[in-house]
Amino acid sequence: MSLVMDAPAAHPMARSDVSEKISIRGLDFFYGQTRALKSISLPLYRNEVTAFIGPSGCGKSTLLRVLNRMYDLYPNQRAEGEVLLDGENLLSPDIDVNLLRSRVGMVFQKPTPFPMSIYENIAFGIRLYERVSKSELDDRVKAALEGAALWNEVKDKLHASGLSLSGGQQQRLCIARTVAIHPEVILLDEPASALDPISTAKIEELIDDLSEQYTIAIVTHNMQQAARVSEYTAFMYLGELIEFDRTRRVFTSPDKKQTQDYITGRFG
Amino acid sequence: MPEHIVKAYDRELEALGRRIAEMGGLAEKMLSEAMDALADLDVDMARRVVASDPRLDALQREVEESAVLTIARRQPMAIDLRECVAAIRISGDLERVGDLAKNIAKRTAKIAAEARLPRAIVGLKSMHDVAAMQLKDVLDAYAQRDVERARQVWSRDAEVDALEDSVFRDLLTFMMEDPRNISFCTHLLFCSKNIERIGDHTTNIAETVVFLVTGESLPVERPKGKTAFEPIESP
Repeated sequence: MSLVMDAPAAHPMARSDVSEKISIRGLDFFYGQTRALKSISLPLYRNEVTAFIGPSGCGKSTLLRVLNRMYDLYPNQRAEGEVLLDGENLLSPDIDVNLLRSRVGMVFQKPTPFPMSIYENIAFGIRLYERVSKSELDDRVKAALEGAALWNEVKDKLHASGLSLSGGQQQRLCIARTVAIHPEVILLDEPASALDPISTAKIEELIDDLSEQYTIAIVTHNMQQAARVSEYTAFMYLGELIEFDRTRRVFTSPDKKQTQDYITGRFG
Repeated sequence: MPEHIVKAYDRELEALGRRIAEMGGLAEKMLSEAMDALADLDVDMARRVVASDPRLDALQREVEESAVLTIARRQPMAIDLRECVAAIRISGDLERVGDLAKNIAKRTAKIAAEARLPRAIVGLKSMHDVAAMQLKDVLDAYAQRDVERARQVWSRDAEVDALEDSVFRDLLTFMMEDPRNISFCTHLLFCSKNIERIGDHTTNIAETVVFLVTGESLPVERPKGKTAFEPIESP
Protein backbone atom coordinates (compact mmCIF):
# COMPACT_ATOMS: atom_id res chain seq x y z
CA MET A 1 0.00 0.00 0.00
CA SER A 2 1.20 3.49 -0.81
CA LEU A 3 2.29 5.61 2.10
CA VAL A 4 1.05 8.73 0.40
CA MET A 5 -2.64 8.16 0.98
CA ASP A 6 -3.82 11.50 -0.31
CA ALA A 7 -2.18 11.46 -3.73
CA PRO A 8 -4.94 11.40 -6.36
CA ALA A 9 -4.88 8.11 -8.20
CA ALA A 10 -4.16 7.77 -11.90
CA HIS A 11 -6.95 6.49 -14.15
CA PRO A 12 -7.22 2.67 -14.03
CA MET A 13 -6.81 2.51 -17.85
CA ALA A 14 -3.49 4.37 -17.61
CA ARG A 15 -0.73 2.54 -19.44
CA SER A 16 2.84 2.41 -18.32
CA ASP A 17 4.36 1.61 -21.72
CA VAL A 18 3.39 4.94 -23.31
CA SER A 19 4.46 8.12 -21.60
CA GLU A 20 1.89 10.58 -20.35
CA LYS A 21 2.32 14.12 -21.63
CA ILE A 22 -0.45 15.32 -19.36
CA SER A 23 -1.74 13.48 -16.30
CA ILE A 24 -5.04 14.70 -14.92
CA ARG A 25 -5.56 13.51 -11.36
CA GLY A 26 -8.56 14.08 -9.15
CA LEU A 27 -9.52 17.26 -10.99
CA ASP A 28 -12.52 19.27 -9.74
CA PHE A 29 -13.65 22.48 -11.36
CA PHE A 30 -16.01 25.12 -10.02
CA TYR A 31 -17.96 27.89 -11.68
CA GLY A 32 -18.72 29.78 -8.45
CA GLN A 33 -20.53 27.17 -6.34
CA THR A 34 -21.30 24.85 -9.26
CA ARG A 35 -19.04 21.82 -9.48
CA ALA A 36 -18.62 21.34 -13.23
CA LEU A 37 -15.94 18.64 -13.13
CA LYS A 38 -16.01 15.85 -10.58
CA SER A 39 -12.79 14.02 -9.70
CA ILE A 40 -11.57 13.59 -13.25
CA SER A 41 -8.50 11.39 -13.67
CA LEU A 42 -7.08 10.46 -17.02
CA PRO A 43 -3.86 10.54 -19.01
CA LEU A 44 -3.17 12.31 -22.30
CA TYR A 45 -0.52 10.23 -23.99
CA ARG A 46 2.43 11.83 -25.75
CA ASN A 47 1.95 12.24 -29.51
CA GLU A 48 -1.49 10.69 -29.44
CA VAL A 49 -4.89 12.18 -30.17
CA THR A 50 -7.40 11.96 -27.33
CA ALA A 51 -11.04 12.78 -28.10
CA PHE A 52 -13.53 14.07 -25.55
CA ILE A 53 -17.15 13.28 -26.27
CA GLY A 54 -20.38 13.76 -24.35
CA PRO A 55 -23.62 15.72 -24.48
CA SER A 56 -23.61 19.51 -24.18
CA GLY A 57 -22.82 20.63 -20.66
CA CYS A 58 -20.96 17.45 -19.73
CA GLY A 59 -17.77 19.39 -18.95
CA LYS A 60 -15.59 18.47 -21.90
CA SER A 61 -14.89 22.06 -22.98
CA THR A 62 -14.39 23.03 -19.35
CA LEU A 63 -11.77 20.30 -19.06
CA LEU A 64 -10.01 21.59 -22.17
CA ARG A 65 -10.03 25.13 -20.74
CA VAL A 66 -8.32 23.87 -17.60
CA LEU A 67 -5.43 22.44 -19.59
CA ASN A 68 -4.09 25.88 -20.53
CA ARG A 69 -5.58 27.80 -17.59
CA MET A 70 -8.00 29.65 -19.86
CA TYR A 71 -10.31 29.94 -16.85
CA ASP A 72 -7.78 32.23 -15.13
CA LEU A 73 -9.26 35.03 -17.20
CA TYR A 74 -12.54 34.77 -15.30
CA PRO A 75 -13.20 35.49 -11.64
CA ASN A 76 -14.98 32.87 -9.49
CA GLN A 77 -13.69 29.96 -11.54
CA ARG A 78 -11.25 27.59 -9.91
CA ALA A 79 -9.74 24.16 -10.38
CA GLU A 80 -8.67 21.70 -7.69
CA GLY A 81 -6.61 18.56 -8.02
CA GLU A 82 -3.57 18.03 -10.21
CA VAL A 83 -2.88 18.45 -13.88
CA LEU A 84 0.70 17.41 -14.54
CA LEU A 85 2.39 18.60 -17.72
CA ASP A 86 5.57 16.55 -17.98
CA GLY A 87 5.28 16.00 -14.24
CA GLU A 88 4.79 19.65 -13.30
CA ASN A 89 1.44 20.71 -11.83
CA LEU A 90 0.11 23.36 -14.17
CA LEU A 91 -2.59 24.36 -11.68
CA SER A 92 0.10 25.62 -9.31
CA PRO A 93 0.00 29.39 -8.71
CA ASP A 94 3.73 29.69 -9.56
CA ILE A 95 3.15 28.65 -13.14
CA ASP A 96 3.81 31.39 -15.73
CA VAL A 97 0.48 31.28 -17.52
CA ASN A 98 1.76 32.97 -20.68
CA LEU A 99 4.54 30.45 -20.96
CA LEU A 100 2.05 27.67 -20.29
CA ARG A 101 -0.17 28.87 -23.14
CA SER A 102 2.80 28.84 -25.49
CA ARG A 103 3.32 25.19 -24.57
CA VAL A 104 -0.37 24.29 -24.67
CA GLY A 105 -2.03 25.94 -27.68
CA MET A 106 -5.74 26.10 -28.33
CA VAL A 107 -7.99 26.32 -31.40
CA PHE A 108 -11.66 27.20 -31.02
CA GLN A 109 -14.86 26.16 -32.73
CA LYS A 110 -15.27 29.45 -34.55
CA PRO A 111 -12.20 30.50 -36.54
CA THR A 112 -10.65 33.50 -34.78
CA PRO A 113 -8.11 35.09 -37.10
CA PHE A 114 -6.82 38.49 -36.02
CA PRO A 115 -7.94 41.38 -38.23
CA MET A 116 -4.54 41.61 -39.87
CA SER A 117 -2.71 40.00 -42.77
CA ILE A 118 -2.26 36.25 -43.08
CA TYR A 119 1.46 36.75 -42.52
CA GLU A 120 0.97 38.91 -39.45
CA ASN A 121 -1.56 36.50 -37.95
CA ILE A 122 1.29 34.06 -37.58
CA ALA A 123 4.24 36.40 -37.09
CA PHE A 124 2.42 38.13 -34.24
CA GLY A 125 2.56 35.13 -31.91
CA ILE A 126 6.15 34.30 -32.75
CA ARG A 127 7.29 37.87 -31.96
CA LEU A 128 5.40 37.71 -28.69
CA TYR A 129 7.58 34.91 -27.39
CA GLU A 130 10.83 35.19 -29.31
CA ARG A 131 13.22 37.67 -30.95
CA VAL A 132 13.84 36.48 -34.48
CA SER A 133 15.35 38.05 -37.60
CA LYS A 134 13.17 38.96 -40.58
CA SER A 135 14.41 36.04 -42.67
CA GLU A 136 13.95 33.62 -39.80
CA LEU A 137 10.46 34.98 -39.24
CA ASP A 138 9.65 34.40 -42.93
CA ASP A 139 10.83 30.82 -42.61
CA ARG A 140 8.79 30.26 -39.47
CA VAL A 141 5.63 31.67 -41.05
CA LYS A 142 6.13 29.48 -44.11
CA ALA A 143 6.79 26.38 -42.00
CA ALA A 144 3.68 27.02 -39.89
CA LEU A 145 1.49 27.47 -42.96
CA GLU A 146 2.94 24.31 -44.46
CA GLY A 147 2.37 22.51 -41.19
CA ALA A 148 -1.28 23.54 -41.31
CA ALA A 149 -1.58 22.47 -44.97
CA LEU A 150 -2.39 26.03 -46.00
CA TRP A 151 0.82 27.25 -47.64
CA ASN A 152 -0.08 26.34 -51.22
CA GLU A 153 -3.39 28.15 -50.96
CA VAL A 154 -2.05 31.41 -49.51
CA LYS A 155 1.60 31.71 -50.59
CA ASP A 156 0.71 34.33 -53.23
CA LYS A 157 -1.41 36.48 -50.95
CA LEU A 158 0.40 36.48 -47.61
CA HIS A 159 -0.42 40.14 -47.11
CA ALA A 160 -4.15 39.78 -47.74
CA SER A 161 -6.34 39.97 -44.66
CA GLY A 162 -6.76 36.76 -42.68
CA LEU A 163 -10.48 37.49 -42.68
CA SER A 164 -10.59 37.24 -46.49
CA LEU A 165 -10.03 33.47 -46.30
CA SER A 166 -12.82 30.88 -46.35
CA GLY A 167 -14.01 29.39 -43.05
CA GLY A 168 -11.95 26.23 -43.51
CA GLN A 169 -8.87 28.24 -44.47
CA GLN A 170 -9.36 30.57 -41.49
CA GLN A 171 -9.48 27.55 -39.20
CA ARG A 172 -6.26 26.19 -40.68
CA LEU A 173 -4.75 29.67 -40.28
CA CYS A 174 -5.61 29.46 -36.58
CA ILE A 175 -3.97 26.05 -36.40
CA ALA A 176 -0.92 27.49 -38.21
CA ARG A 177 -0.84 30.31 -35.66
CA THR A 178 -0.93 27.72 -32.90
CA VAL A 179 1.86 25.52 -34.29
CA ALA A 180 4.03 28.55 -35.22
CA ILE A 181 5.18 28.99 -31.64
CA HIS A 182 6.10 25.29 -31.34
CA PRO A 183 3.71 24.20 -28.62
CA GLU A 184 3.86 20.72 -27.07
CA VAL A 185 0.12 20.17 -26.72
CA ILE A 186 -2.69 21.35 -29.00
CA LEU A 187 -6.24 21.66 -27.69
CA LEU A 188 -8.96 21.65 -30.33
CA ASP A 189 -12.46 22.66 -29.24
CA GLU A 190 -14.79 21.48 -32.01
CA PRO A 191 -12.38 22.66 -34.68
CA ALA A 192 -14.47 21.45 -37.62
CA SER A 193 -18.05 21.85 -36.52
CA ALA A 194 -18.59 25.02 -38.56
CA LEU A 195 -16.90 23.67 -41.67
CA ASP A 196 -18.05 21.91 -44.84
CA PRO A 197 -17.06 18.24 -45.38
CA ILE A 198 -14.04 19.02 -47.56
CA SER A 199 -12.60 21.53 -45.07
CA THR A 200 -13.43 19.04 -42.31
CA ALA A 201 -11.49 16.31 -44.12
CA LYS A 202 -8.52 18.68 -44.50
CA ILE A 203 -8.58 19.47 -40.78
CA GLU A 204 -8.76 15.77 -39.94
CA GLU A 205 -5.87 15.01 -42.27
CA LEU A 206 -3.99 17.80 -40.53
CA ILE A 207 -4.74 16.39 -37.07
CA ASP A 208 -3.33 13.09 -38.25
CA ASP A 209 -0.09 14.76 -39.40
CA LEU A 210 0.20 16.96 -36.32
CA SER A 211 -0.12 14.01 -33.95
CA GLU A 212 3.34 12.87 -35.02
CA GLN A 213 4.81 15.92 -33.30
CA TYR A 214 2.21 17.09 -30.83
CA THR A 215 -0.02 15.71 -28.13
CA ILE A 216 -3.58 16.55 -29.14
CA ALA A 217 -6.85 16.79 -27.23
CA ILE A 218 -9.99 17.33 -29.28
CA VAL A 219 -13.55 18.04 -28.18
CA THR A 220 -16.13 17.06 -30.77
CA HIS A 221 -19.85 16.49 -31.05
CA ASN A 222 -19.29 14.45 -34.17
CA MET A 223 -19.00 10.84 -33.06
CA GLN A 224 -17.64 9.64 -36.38
CA GLN A 225 -14.99 12.35 -36.26
CA ALA A 226 -13.89 11.21 -32.81
CA ALA A 227 -13.77 7.63 -34.11
CA ARG A 228 -11.74 8.69 -37.15
CA VAL A 229 -9.12 10.99 -35.67
CA SER A 230 -8.39 9.76 -32.18
CA GLU A 231 -6.47 6.91 -30.61
CA TYR A 232 -8.11 7.35 -27.20
CA THR A 233 -11.59 8.51 -26.31
CA ALA A 234 -13.00 9.87 -23.08
CA PHE A 235 -16.78 9.92 -22.61
CA MET A 236 -18.02 12.49 -20.10
CA TYR A 237 -21.45 13.02 -18.63
CA LEU A 238 -22.63 15.58 -16.07
CA GLY A 239 -19.09 16.52 -15.12
CA GLU A 240 -17.91 12.96 -14.64
CA LEU A 241 -15.59 10.83 -16.69
CA ILE A 242 -17.72 7.78 -17.49
CA GLU A 243 -15.33 5.85 -19.71
CA PHE A 244 -11.82 6.27 -21.01
CA ASP A 245 -10.34 3.69 -23.34
CA ARG A 246 -8.84 3.02 -26.74
CA THR A 247 -11.07 4.62 -29.37
CA ARG A 248 -11.44 1.36 -31.28
CA ARG A 249 -12.85 -0.21 -28.13
CA VAL A 250 -15.15 2.68 -27.17
CA PHE A 251 -16.83 2.76 -30.58
CA THR A 252 -17.13 -0.99 -31.15
CA SER A 253 -17.86 -2.38 -27.71
CA PRO A 254 -17.82 0.17 -24.92
CA ASP A 255 -17.67 -1.04 -21.36
CA LYS A 256 -20.36 1.20 -19.88
CA LYS A 257 -24.03 1.26 -20.78
CA GLN A 258 -24.14 5.07 -20.63
CA THR A 259 -21.37 5.27 -23.23
CA GLN A 260 -23.16 2.82 -25.47
CA ASP A 261 -26.47 4.68 -25.18
CA TYR A 262 -24.79 7.96 -26.06
CA ILE A 263 -22.72 6.85 -29.05
CA THR A 264 -25.57 4.81 -30.54
CA GLY A 265 -28.05 7.67 -30.26
CA ARG A 266 -30.21 6.17 -27.49
CA PHE A 267 -29.64 8.94 -24.97
CA GLY A 268 -33.07 9.99 -23.76
CA MET B 1 -32.22 -1.80 -24.56
CA PRO B 2 -33.63 1.75 -24.77
CA GLU B 3 -34.91 2.90 -28.13
CA HIS B 4 -33.00 5.14 -30.48
CA ILE B 5 -33.95 8.79 -30.56
CA VAL B 6 -34.56 8.23 -34.28
CA LYS B 7 -37.32 5.60 -34.39
CA ALA B 8 -36.72 4.65 -38.03
CA TYR B 9 -33.27 3.43 -36.96
CA ASP B 10 -34.91 0.91 -34.59
CA ARG B 11 -37.24 -0.24 -37.34
CA GLU B 12 -34.32 -0.81 -39.73
CA LEU B 13 -32.45 -2.95 -37.21
CA GLU B 14 -35.60 -4.90 -36.31
CA ALA B 15 -36.25 -5.57 -39.98
CA LEU B 16 -32.71 -6.97 -40.31
CA GLY B 17 -33.35 -9.34 -37.40
CA ARG B 18 -36.66 -10.47 -38.87
CA ARG B 19 -35.08 -11.28 -42.23
CA ILE B 20 -32.37 -13.32 -40.52
CA ALA B 21 -35.09 -15.20 -38.62
CA GLU B 22 -36.90 -15.90 -41.88
CA MET B 23 -33.67 -17.09 -43.52
CA GLY B 24 -32.98 -19.33 -40.52
CA GLY B 25 -36.45 -20.90 -40.69
CA LEU B 26 -36.08 -21.50 -44.42
CA ALA B 27 -32.59 -23.02 -44.08
CA GLU B 28 -33.80 -25.35 -41.32
CA LYS B 29 -36.76 -26.43 -43.42
CA MET B 30 -34.55 -27.07 -46.47
CA LEU B 31 -32.15 -29.16 -44.42
CA SER B 32 -34.82 -31.32 -42.79
CA GLU B 33 -36.72 -31.82 -46.06
CA ALA B 34 -33.50 -32.66 -47.90
CA MET B 35 -32.80 -35.34 -45.30
CA ASP B 36 -36.39 -36.70 -45.45
CA ALA B 37 -36.20 -36.78 -49.23
CA LEU B 38 -32.93 -38.71 -49.02
CA ALA B 39 -34.23 -41.17 -46.43
CA ASP B 40 -37.44 -41.83 -48.39
CA LEU B 41 -35.83 -41.39 -51.80
CA ASP B 42 -38.62 -38.91 -52.48
CA VAL B 43 -37.67 -37.11 -55.71
CA ASP B 44 -40.62 -34.68 -55.61
CA MET B 45 -39.68 -33.47 -52.18
CA ALA B 46 -36.03 -33.17 -53.27
CA ARG B 47 -37.14 -30.93 -56.16
CA ARG B 48 -39.12 -28.74 -53.77
CA VAL B 49 -35.97 -28.25 -51.69
CA VAL B 50 -34.04 -27.20 -54.80
CA ALA B 51 -36.87 -24.82 -55.73
CA SER B 52 -36.81 -23.01 -52.38
CA ASP B 53 -33.14 -22.04 -52.65
CA PRO B 54 -33.66 -18.88 -54.78
CA ARG B 55 -35.84 -17.42 -52.01
CA LEU B 56 -32.99 -17.89 -49.51
CA ASP B 57 -30.52 -16.29 -51.93
CA ALA B 58 -32.85 -13.33 -52.43
CA LEU B 59 -33.23 -12.88 -48.68
CA GLN B 60 -29.47 -12.87 -48.26
CA ARG B 61 -29.11 -10.11 -50.83
CA GLU B 62 -31.83 -8.12 -49.08
CA VAL B 63 -30.09 -8.47 -45.71
CA GLU B 64 -26.77 -7.38 -47.21
CA GLU B 65 -28.29 -4.42 -49.00
CA SER B 66 -30.20 -3.13 -46.00
CA ALA B 67 -27.24 -3.64 -43.65
CA VAL B 68 -24.97 -1.73 -46.04
CA LEU B 69 -27.60 0.99 -46.40
CA THR B 70 -27.92 1.32 -42.62
CA ILE B 71 -24.15 1.58 -42.29
CA ALA B 72 -24.06 4.30 -44.96
CA ARG B 73 -27.06 6.19 -43.66
CA ARG B 74 -26.66 5.97 -39.89
CA GLN B 75 -22.96 5.23 -39.30
CA PRO B 76 -23.87 2.76 -36.55
CA MET B 77 -21.64 2.46 -33.51
CA ALA B 78 -21.01 -0.24 -30.92
CA ILE B 79 -23.95 -2.69 -30.57
CA ASP B 80 -25.68 -1.26 -33.66
CA LEU B 81 -22.55 -1.69 -35.75
CA ARG B 82 -22.20 -5.25 -34.48
CA GLU B 83 -25.87 -5.89 -35.38
CA CYS B 84 -25.19 -4.88 -38.98
CA VAL B 85 -21.95 -6.83 -39.27
CA ALA B 86 -23.55 -9.89 -37.62
CA ALA B 87 -26.53 -9.76 -39.99
CA ILE B 88 -24.22 -9.74 -43.02
CA ARG B 89 -22.15 -12.63 -41.67
CA ILE B 90 -25.07 -14.78 -40.51
CA SER B 91 -27.00 -14.30 -43.73
CA GLY B 92 -23.91 -15.49 -45.63
CA ASP B 93 -23.67 -18.61 -43.48
CA LEU B 94 -27.38 -19.38 -43.81
CA GLU B 95 -27.26 -18.94 -47.56
CA ARG B 96 -24.46 -21.55 -47.66
CA VAL B 97 -26.46 -23.90 -45.43
CA GLY B 98 -29.24 -23.65 -48.01
CA ASP B 99 -26.81 -24.40 -50.86
CA LEU B 100 -25.52 -27.48 -49.07
CA ALA B 101 -29.06 -28.74 -48.36
CA LYS B 102 -29.90 -28.12 -52.02
CA ASN B 103 -26.85 -30.17 -53.00
CA ILE B 104 -28.08 -33.11 -50.89
CA ALA B 105 -31.48 -32.82 -52.59
CA LYS B 106 -29.88 -32.81 -56.06
CA ARG B 107 -27.91 -35.96 -55.22
CA THR B 108 -31.12 -37.59 -53.93
CA ALA B 109 -32.75 -37.01 -57.31
CA LYS B 110 -29.73 -38.63 -58.97
CA ILE B 111 -29.44 -41.74 -56.80
CA ALA B 112 -33.14 -42.44 -56.22
CA ALA B 113 -33.26 -44.99 -59.04
CA GLU B 114 -30.14 -46.93 -58.09
CA ALA B 115 -30.42 -46.63 -54.32
CA ARG B 116 -29.80 -49.73 -52.27
CA LEU B 117 -28.95 -50.44 -48.70
CA PRO B 118 -31.29 -48.34 -46.52
CA ARG B 119 -28.90 -49.06 -43.61
CA ALA B 120 -26.27 -46.89 -45.37
CA ILE B 121 -28.48 -43.89 -44.70
CA VAL B 122 -28.94 -44.51 -40.98
CA GLY B 123 -25.60 -42.94 -40.05
CA LEU B 124 -26.32 -39.92 -42.21
CA LYS B 125 -29.66 -39.50 -40.49
CA SER B 126 -28.01 -39.30 -37.05
CA MET B 127 -25.48 -36.81 -38.40
CA HIS B 128 -28.34 -34.75 -39.76
CA ASP B 129 -30.23 -34.88 -36.46
CA VAL B 130 -27.27 -33.48 -34.55
CA ALA B 131 -26.56 -30.81 -37.19
CA ALA B 132 -30.24 -29.80 -37.33
CA MET B 133 -30.42 -29.50 -33.54
CA GLN B 134 -27.25 -27.39 -33.55
CA LEU B 135 -28.72 -25.13 -36.23
CA LYS B 136 -31.94 -24.71 -34.28
CA ASP B 137 -30.00 -23.92 -31.10
CA VAL B 138 -27.81 -21.33 -32.75
CA LEU B 139 -30.81 -19.61 -34.35
CA ASP B 140 -32.49 -19.48 -30.94
CA ALA B 141 -29.24 -18.13 -29.45
CA TYR B 142 -29.29 -15.37 -32.09
CA ALA B 143 -32.95 -14.54 -31.51
CA GLN B 144 -32.47 -14.37 -27.73
CA ARG B 145 -28.96 -12.90 -27.80
CA ASP B 146 -27.97 -15.86 -25.62
CA VAL B 147 -24.16 -16.04 -25.42
CA GLU B 148 -24.09 -19.15 -23.24
CA ARG B 149 -26.20 -21.11 -25.69
CA ALA B 150 -24.03 -19.93 -28.58
CA ARG B 151 -20.91 -21.06 -26.74
CA GLN B 152 -22.46 -24.50 -26.19
CA VAL B 153 -23.22 -24.86 -29.88
CA TRP B 154 -19.67 -23.80 -30.66
CA SER B 155 -18.15 -26.39 -28.36
CA ARG B 156 -20.40 -29.23 -29.64
CA ASP B 157 -19.25 -29.02 -33.26
CA ALA B 158 -16.92 -31.96 -32.68
CA GLU B 159 -19.96 -34.26 -32.36
CA VAL B 160 -20.89 -33.81 -36.02
CA ASP B 161 -17.26 -34.32 -37.00
CA ALA B 162 -17.10 -37.57 -35.03
CA LEU B 163 -20.30 -38.85 -36.65
CA GLU B 164 -18.93 -37.98 -40.08
CA ASP B 165 -15.94 -40.14 -39.30
CA SER B 166 -18.13 -43.12 -38.47
CA VAL B 167 -20.31 -42.59 -41.58
CA PHE B 168 -17.13 -42.55 -43.65
CA ARG B 169 -16.03 -45.91 -42.23
CA ASP B 170 -19.48 -47.46 -42.78
CA LEU B 171 -19.68 -46.30 -46.38
CA LEU B 172 -16.15 -47.51 -47.03
CA THR B 173 -17.14 -50.95 -45.74
CA PHE B 174 -20.21 -51.07 -47.99
CA MET B 175 -18.13 -50.12 -51.00
CA MET B 176 -15.57 -52.83 -50.25
CA GLU B 177 -18.33 -55.40 -49.79
CA ASP B 178 -19.81 -54.82 -53.24
CA PRO B 179 -18.46 -52.58 -56.01
CA ARG B 180 -22.03 -51.94 -57.18
CA ASN B 181 -22.44 -49.82 -54.04
CA ILE B 182 -19.65 -47.47 -55.05
CA SER B 183 -21.60 -44.89 -57.07
CA PHE B 184 -24.43 -44.67 -54.55
CA CYS B 185 -22.13 -44.57 -51.53
CA THR B 186 -19.91 -41.92 -53.12
CA HIS B 187 -22.93 -39.65 -53.38
CA LEU B 188 -23.70 -40.36 -49.74
CA LEU B 189 -20.11 -39.46 -48.82
CA PHE B 190 -20.63 -36.07 -50.40
CA CYS B 191 -23.91 -35.73 -48.51
CA SER B 192 -22.13 -36.41 -45.23
CA LYS B 193 -19.48 -33.84 -46.13
CA ASN B 194 -22.30 -31.35 -46.81
CA ILE B 195 -23.79 -31.95 -43.38
CA GLU B 196 -20.38 -31.58 -41.78
CA ARG B 197 -20.02 -28.21 -43.53
CA ILE B 198 -23.45 -27.17 -42.34
CA GLY B 199 -22.07 -27.84 -38.86
CA ASP B 200 -19.15 -25.51 -39.64
CA HIS B 201 -21.49 -22.73 -40.74
CA THR B 202 -23.53 -23.26 -37.58
CA THR B 203 -20.35 -22.83 -35.56
CA ASN B 204 -19.56 -19.64 -37.50
CA ILE B 205 -22.99 -18.31 -36.57
CA ALA B 206 -22.33 -19.20 -32.92
CA GLU B 207 -19.08 -17.19 -33.09
CA THR B 208 -20.97 -14.29 -34.63
CA VAL B 209 -23.60 -14.36 -31.87
CA VAL B 210 -20.87 -14.17 -29.22
CA PHE B 211 -19.29 -11.24 -31.10
CA LEU B 212 -22.69 -9.57 -31.49
CA VAL B 213 -23.51 -9.68 -27.80
CA THR B 214 -20.11 -9.23 -26.18
CA GLY B 215 -17.91 -7.60 -28.83
CA GLU B 216 -15.38 -10.36 -28.14
CA SER B 217 -14.17 -13.02 -30.53
CA LEU B 218 -13.97 -16.70 -29.63
CA PRO B 219 -10.57 -18.37 -29.99
CA VAL B 220 -9.47 -19.13 -33.55
CA GLU B 221 -9.19 -22.85 -32.81
CA ARG B 222 -12.54 -24.44 -32.31
CA PRO B 223 -12.78 -27.87 -30.63
CA LYS B 224 -12.23 -30.39 -33.39
CA GLY B 225 -13.14 -34.05 -33.50
CA LYS B 226 -11.04 -36.44 -35.53
CA THR B 227 -12.07 -36.29 -39.12
CA ALA B 228 -12.13 -39.18 -41.53
CA PHE B 229 -9.52 -37.51 -43.68
CA GLU B 230 -6.81 -37.04 -41.12
CA PRO B 231 -3.83 -39.36 -41.31
CA ILE B 232 -4.25 -42.23 -38.88
CA GLU B 233 -1.89 -41.84 -35.96
CA SER B 234 0.63 -44.59 -35.42
CA PRO B 235 0.37 -46.26 -32.01
